[in-house]
Amino acid sequence: MNKIRFSGAVNYIFLSVIVSFFIAPVIWLFVTPFSSSPSLSISLGTPTLSNFSSVFKDPAAVYSFGNSIIIAVGVTLLTVICASLAAYIFSRYHFKGSNFLIFILILFSNIVSGTAAMVPLYMLNISLGLINSYLGVIFTIAGGGIPTSIFILKSFFDSIPKSYEEAALVDGSSYSQMLLHIFLPLSKKGIIVIATLSFISAWGNFLIPFILLSSQSTYPASVTIYNFYTEMGLPNIGLISAYALLYTLPVVIGYLVVNKVFGFSFYGGIKG
Amino acid sequence: MKSEFFNSKFGIIVIFLIPALTLIGIFLIFPAFWEFYLSMTNESLMGINAVHPQFIGISNFIDVLTDPYFYNSLVVTLIFVLESAIIGQAGLGMLLSLLTYHKKFFRTLVQVAAVLAWIIPDSVVAYLWIAFLDKNAGTFNNLLALIGLSRINWFYRYPLTTIVVFNIWRGTAFSMLMFSAAFDTIPPSYLEVADVMGVSWWRKLKDIIFPSLKGVFFADLILITLWTFNVFTPYLLTQGGPGTATEILPIYIYLNAFQNFKIGYGAAISVIVLLINLVLASFYFILSKEKEGTSL
Amino acid sequence: MAWIELENITKTFGKVSAIRDLSLQIEKGEFVAILGPSGCGKTTLLRLIAGLEVADKGKIRISEEDVTFAPPNVRKIAMVFQNYALYPHMTVFKNISYPLFIKKVPDDEIKKRVNAIADSLKISLLLDRYPQQISGGQQQRVAVARAMIQTPNVFLLDEPLSNLDAMMRIEARSFLKYLLDKIGTTTIYVTHDQSEAMALADRIVVMQNGIIQQIDSPKDIYDKPSNTFVASFVGNPPMNLLEANININSAQAEIGSQYLDIKESILNLHKFPQNGRVYLGIRPEHISIYHESDTNNGSTLEGEVFVSEPLGFETIITVILGEQQIKVIKFGGLNNLKPGEKIKLQFKKNKIYLFDHETGYRINEIQEEDNEY
Repeated sequence: MNKIRFSGAVNYIFLSVIVSFFIAPVIWLFVTPFSSSPSLSISLGTPTLSNFSSVFKDPAAVYSFGNSIIIAVGVTLLTVICASLAAYIFSRYHFKGSNFLIFILILFSNIVSGTAAMVPLYMLNISLGLINSYLGVIFTIAGGGIPTSIFILKSFFDSIPKSYEEAALVDGSSYSQMLLHIFLPLSKKGIIVIATLSFISAWGNFLIPFILLSSQSTYPASVTIYNFYTEMGLPNIGLISAYALLYTLPVVIGYLVVNKVFGFSFYGGIKG
Repeated sequence: MKSEFFNSKFGIIVIFLIPALTLIGIFLIFPAFWEFYLSMTNESLMGINAVHPQFIGISNFIDVLTDPYFYNSLVVTLIFVLESAIIGQAGLGMLLSLLTYHKKFFRTLVQVAAVLAWIIPDSVVAYLWIAFLDKNAGTFNNLLALIGLSRINWFYRYPLTTIVVFNIWRGTAFSMLMFSAAFDTIPPSYLEVADVMGVSWWRKLKDIIFPSLKGVFFADLILITLWTFNVFTPYLLTQGGPGTATEILPIYIYLNAFQNFKIGYGAAISVIVLLINLVLASFYFILSKEKEGTSL
Repeated sequence: MAWIELENITKTFGKVSAIRDLSLQIEKGEFVAILGPSGCGKTTLLRLIAGLEVADKGKIRISEEDVTFAPPNVRKIAMVFQNYALYPHMTVFKNISYPLFIKKVPDDEIKKRVNAIADSLKISLLLDRYPQQISGGQQQRVAVARAMIQTPNVFLLDEPLSNLDAMMRIEARSFLKYLLDKIGTTTIYVTHDQSEAMALADRIVVMQNGIIQQIDSPKDIYDKPSNTFVASFVGNPPMNLLEANININSAQAEIGSQYLDIKESILNLHKFPQNGRVYLGIRPEHISIYHESDTNNGSTLEGEVFVSEPLGFETIITVILGEQQIKVIKFGGLNNLKPGEKIKLQFKKNKIYLFDHETGYRINEIQEEDNEY
């Protein structure tokens, strides 16, 4: 690799340009919320926290944040429960075609996700009476995310030796005692990872709530932010930027959590 | 008695799988198939066809395939995917992994920057770019003005290019991480032997690196092609405009189904998109199988 | 009725049959070793008794109860796994107390019993540590403690010493024997190490390819192996098996181009081998070496030293006998035997084994010793 045609200096200059490229649009997000004269350019003025207090005074913003939490927590709980149970079976019981099944499910979840199925998902929610409800959004997002969670958890579970479970059974545990006392604690890491990833995916999801929800009171932050900057009149940039920053923070923290458990290079394979 | 034992094991298997399979069945599998059905009706969200939708066979498909807006959308999407995903994300991702191979500091720096761009939620990122490229106050134009160039309304003058660059910015992290992880699995001795033999970097790429990475490369291409084909985020930037300049297929579907209320028609477009996706996925799959033979 | 009964057990995995029509009876309080090379089915057998596998055919009874389809947790057995399977997220104390914990035994009683067992196994100081923090030998004792505390009907041990290094293994082996003798619980011990089986067991079950080859006391397994497999598997270095032809009339065995008197060995032949072809078995420690110049009678064979390996207490000498090689143990000191040297070998008369060449079964009767060892 040292003989790459670029000489060292050109290499470093190029990489610096790239880093700037990635960071440039993001700087605004970390400056403007604290600015006394918030605008579309990067200007700090005198640092202030008043933008954040506007956020807390705006009912739409506050409610939406709460909605985001409700939806994300709902998706996370549902995903963790469904995916853990299923992944346990896929890991511990090999039946013909189990790998194929997972593969097909993941294929479905990538192709039939969001935009490709927005029409029938909308109609489905209407038929089930779930339109404009938290449950509809939660079920829909969870349904799309479970195959990937199963896949990730299965490979976690595969790395836990079966002998612990066997020892627990021979030691006299019933099946559920074995799962509760032995297997569950050992699988903590994997469960934390998929819980975090599910939370993040639900937290940032724009399309599903955008399509399925129609009243401001149920919109999560992802939709509300969009409404803020596309509605008529002058956008309150200070409010929007502060809100956006608050909204972004859980995601960044979440990825730090996953990184800690896992290491960066794992992302190859999950997000999407 | 034997059945008792099996029932308990079998029972566990069934009970554990039911929650996931039910949810997936209803909210993932069923919609896929229902889409085929819907595409052949004149279902609508308003008017008489909302109350009494009728089965109309393939006439939606004929309408789609004779609709110039569909072809516009298709072309825009193909350009979008080719430029931003295949050349952009994969290409830049590959380049960056190569350049940062074995340079820990830069690798971490570039990765952190790229990943930040990748994880920030859609609605925030869209606004960041709206702010960044704003004609009068946006940072980018401010920089241009600083060096004497004129300010440009990017979303208006170069809409497609803008969303292409945006998508490259957005998604490169994934490809870069995948390729970096794959590079790490090549035993350093392979490359050292090549260095000793005085092999040029182009040949190293072609003969050592590429064969080892072939699987990862095609997996990456499949994923980012499918994702880019179906990405909705540009809507937040341009809503498909100006005019239909950035009306990629997902936006085209959305507008037809939810703004023109033509559910059946929207479903038909979706089916066609699904089929295109399957064709692309199979294409990659076949391509990846064919290039066998030079693997180490 | 025996304490443990296996009746016509068959178990296949896919296309591979691990155990074929196996029957076995174990008495209460017995220490039985199941010995065999890897893949012989011994671990599968243990897992069937434990309930971790279900037999395709046959029955299993423990203390007169049919447990063929019973899950492991009702069988009143305790098992020590090869990798110990100590719960990594629990302290040593919690590991040992786990079987009592799930039976909802009250805390103070748990404490009492765990401390007692930890004492007897000399691991009392480790109770607060985690499995990853203690040595392999200590982990092994924790695993044994966890098994002992259950006061089961049967102990099952799956190669419990194989993960220890050689030094530790010898020490752990003696301790294990002492412990298991003291407790007296019926024990089934799986191993591929024949010296372990010999040292520990009351009876040894030798297995190969899912079939029992012989069940006997260690002494009888050693002195009266029933076929070539058992004969060469037990004993280190293994028994020599020479290709030979026997002639009943002349009471001689033809080995290569030499003849050996075997009058005493063919007194009670079970069956006559086809064409007289046999494997002639003789253990390395039952061969004496004489110098070339010593008397040559029909009871000695001529050979040439191939290589000599001094091991301190004994020396192993490999001798070329015609087209074959044979190993001899010479006790005591160093020897001046050099490669290429010509020597004479004498086989101990009543220690010559004859095995049918086709079937591998022993065809001659072995006389009991009055004054050996």
